[in-house]
Amino acid sequence: MQKVRGDLLNISKLKVVFYTYRGIIKALNGVELWMNQGERLGIVGETGCGKSVTALSIMGLIEQPGEIIEGDILFGDKLLTSMKENELINIRGKEISMIFQEPNAALNPVMKVGFQIAESIGKVKNKKIGKEVYAEVRRMLEIAGLDWERTINLYPHELSGGMAQRVMIAMALSSNPKLLIADEPTSALDVTIQAQILELLDELVKKFGNAVILITHNMGVAAEFCDKMAVMYAGNMVEYARTTNIFENPHHHYTRGLLKAVPKIGRTDELQSIPGIVPDLVNPPSGCRFHPRCKHVMDICRKDFPPLVEIKPGHYVACYLYWKEGIKNANS
Amino acid sequence: MLNTVKNIGQKEKIKLFLEQRKPIIEDWKHTYYLWKSTPLAMIGTVIIFIFLTVAIFAPLFTTYSPTEQFMEERLLPPSSQHIFGTDQYGRDIFSRVVYGARIEVWIIFIVSIISVMIGIIVGITAGYFGSAVDEILMRITDMFLAFPRLILAMVLTAVLGPNLTNTMIAISLVDWTVYARLGRAEAMKVKSQPYIEAIRAVGAKDLRIIAFHVLPMSISPVIVQLTLRMGTIILTAAGLGFLGLGAQPPTPEWGAIVSDGRSYLVDQWWISTFPGMAIAFVVLGFNLLGDGIRDILDPRLRR
Amino acid sequence: MKLGAYILKRIFLMVIVMFGVATIVFFITHVIPADPVGAILGGNAPIERVDAMRRQLGLDKPITLQFIDYIKGIVHADFGISLKSSRPVLKDIINYFPATIELAIASMIFAVLVGVVLGVFSAIYRNKSIDHFSRVFSILGVSMPVFWLGLLLLLLFYYHLDLLPGGGRNSLFIFPPRITGLLLLDSIIAGDWTAFWDGLSHIILPAFVLGYASAASIARIMRASMLDILKQDFIRTAKSKGLSKRVVIYRHALKNALIPVVTIIGLSFGSLLSGAVLTETIFSWPGLGRYIVNALLVLDYPAVTGGTLFIAFIYSLANLVVDISYAVLDPRMRV
Repeated sequence: MQKVRGDLLNISKLKVVFYTYRGIIKALNGVELWMNQGERLGIVGETGCGKSVTALSIMGLIEQPGEIIEGDILFGDKLLTSMKENELINIRGKEISMIFQEPNAALNPVMKVGFQIAESIGKVKNKKIGKEVYAEVRRMLEIAGLDWERTINLYPHELSGGMAQRVMIAMALSSNPKLLIADEPTSALDVTIQAQILELLDELVKKFGNAVILITHNMGVAAEFCDKMAVMYAGNMVEYARTTNIFENPHHHYTRGLLKAVPKIGRTDELQSIPGIVPDLVNPPSGCRFHPRCKHVMDICRKDFPPLVEIKPGHYVACYLYWKEGIKNANS
Repeated sequence: MLNTVKNIGQKEKIKLFLEQRKPIIEDWKHTYYLWKSTPLAMIGTVIIFIFLTVAIFAPLFTTYSPTEQFMEERLLPPSSQHIFGTDQYGRDIFSRVVYGARIEVWIIFIVSIISVMIGIIVGITAGYFGSAVDEILMRITDMFLAFPRLILAMVLTAVLGPNLTNTMIAISLVDWTVYARLGRAEAMKVKSQPYIEAIRAVGAKDLRIIAFHVLPMSISPVIVQLTLRMGTIILTAAGLGFLGLGAQPPTPEWGAIVSDGRSYLVDQWWISTFPGMAIAFVVLGFNLLGDGIRDILDPRLRR
Repeated sequence: MKLGAYILKRIFLMVIVMFGVATIVFFITHVIPADPVGAILGGNAPIERVDAMRRQLGLDKPITLQFIDYIKGIVHADFGISLKSSRPVLKDIINYFPATIELAIASMIFAVLVGVVLGVFSAIYRNKSIDHFSRVFSILGVSMPVFWLGLLLLLLFYYHLDLLPGGGRNSLFIFPPRITGLLLLDSIIAGDWTAFWDGLSHIILPAFVLGYASAASIARIMRASMLDILKQDFIRTAKSKGLSKRVVIYRHALKNALIPVVTIIGLSFGSLLSGAVLTETIFSWPGLGRYIVNALLVLDYPAVTGGTLFIAFIYSLANLVVDISYAVLDPRMRV
């Protein structure tokens, strides 16, 4: 086991594969991640880089044809990766909750939203779904900024995307979980609604003190919301630091590329895209998976995978360019 | 392009040819892979292959005539002489079943052609022109769908006069609704494509658009549906034959043979059993094949 | 709620379709036959008899007038007099129909129970032995001709094993009470348990034979639908809420997965009525299907017309009920 680096969540050497017709997709290739209670962590990266797979691994929801083949997920003092399904049930929804990208699709189309929240509350508090639980449902809907009288008896298709996401938030926070995972919670919504939902999340998380993992491909959203950021590329964590450090002093060339591709008002330099394409995860490049697209590629990059090392206090990068600094830091 | 091709050797030409068609070849490879990985579809293919071979080369498989009567050899149990036994007129059941395959193939063929033609014409007209035309044609389709299939088919054959030809006409008149709905859906889909707008803008007439754009698009879903329905066609035809409202004796239609043996069931079980088994076998083949095709074409499986 | 308006619209559509159905039946029975009377009586019938029958069938009038009379008759539920039984066709239908509907209901109950259970387990235990069993069961069910299966089972259970009766609705010397015409129901109402068990033993084989194909197709659709639903986002949500596997499957997945099955149940009802024709013939079941077949064999036109119209009406009614329950089950349909 790796050393414990965060007091809430520690993921070490997490490897997840999916068995498909095309071959084995190596979706996660030894992901390292940790966070403290009450922290807000943003996981950014392109589509298919393994952000959602990481989230689902934490929830214990990797299912066939997928499989966790290696690594540990330690939540508090509980080793999630060695837990059985009936033990995980007591973690899900209670200590870790999740909200999803398509809020309308994430709600059961044939159940009233009130019932769906009530079900969550009933499960967590171990209560029969009755008056007491419904009182709690109303409270949660109000907290999520919805008029409970109007919404409690609606079906998901009768809600707008923004409203549905508020319902999801009400549901996820009803158990006051230690960790909330928000998987692209605003990507499917209109820009104005996006801002409202982020604001709501910000406000509620402040109020309840939950730790949050915000998964997004939008650097702006992450910058606004998160204390720390983790950048993923093709199934690896390539850089992990405080948000300000990531934006002001990015080290990994992939992170730098991502930041150059973000449009900004008043920006004078040209927008740049990262040359090359996202690798095929059935036959990923050897060594560092970013090496075919990296301008500073060295021989060792093609052979071995660079470990995540601390180059400055609290700033971790997986790249051989910074390897020496990292070693120095580790020794001192 | 052509000039560069001329200058290179035969091998390179083939290579280039393959290179250009890589996506198509990949697609076929994938299809083949899926087909191979669904053993049931393979079994279905084999069954249909046997069925067609038997039907085409019927005389090669049989030594007796399917209709000639030998009263001295009546009601013989299965033996090396008559592997399926003989019926009440001394006819060889095996020969009757083998020649029956021809009749079933013929029924499938004719019914498919007629019902697809009617269905496609009605469906595409409805889907392409829309509004009132669509409303009227689809209501007419609904009217045909308001009958349980076999009952409409049997009333039609009985009134037209029960025989093989009328059986085929009747089944076609019941079955076209399936293709009408398919054709309509395709026509509506194609009609709303931007390129159709463009063609219309340069002056293409409706008939031309239908013939060159809508019709070709609807062919492949129709063919898939057709394979899925062939089993049902046989079952309907055999049902009519069994009721005495389809092909008439001595035509060796499988359902009619089962019906022939009904009164001899207790002591001469073979008369009804073998032709029924033939029906079940072939319908099973079509169903397995149909399932396979549906699975192979399922985009969720195709990634 | 807009459910009421939806139902009204559907009823209105059904009336139109029924009018079309009546027209089609008129066309088949009055326009297509070139010489119906000749076909019925044979070539050498005396001219007086031919004329009398033409008058009886109304064939002496012009076709438009025939059509008006025909529609009038239908509106008044008057289908004429059967040539064979010499009774009003409506009376015959009322007499024979309960047997058919009882058989259809029994088959449907069997088909839905077996189909849904097999389909659900098949999907949950995908590629396990129960799944393989269910798939073989299904593919055989949709492949075997109903009449052949019926004959073989009759041979086995009646002639060889002597476990079940060989046909009919009840034994010779048992006289079941008649209240609704549904034998099993009537026996229960009257408390006549001898008649009930007798009726039950008679209905088992035909109901199985008739329901098998429907059970098979329901199992297939149920399996596919369940597998599809289990992949949906909201199932992931339900799991992420920490709900147990049971609750996820039976509360969240099953209700959604049943929605397409309802449509199949409607369609199955059509194939049940079709199959009833064959099953009733094999098991000498005194139902409407056999009535129509017998009428067709002697070209008893009034009986054919009445019976066919009635079956089409019942089928449309069943589909109407299915569509409405679809709307009730799926809140998305109501908008």
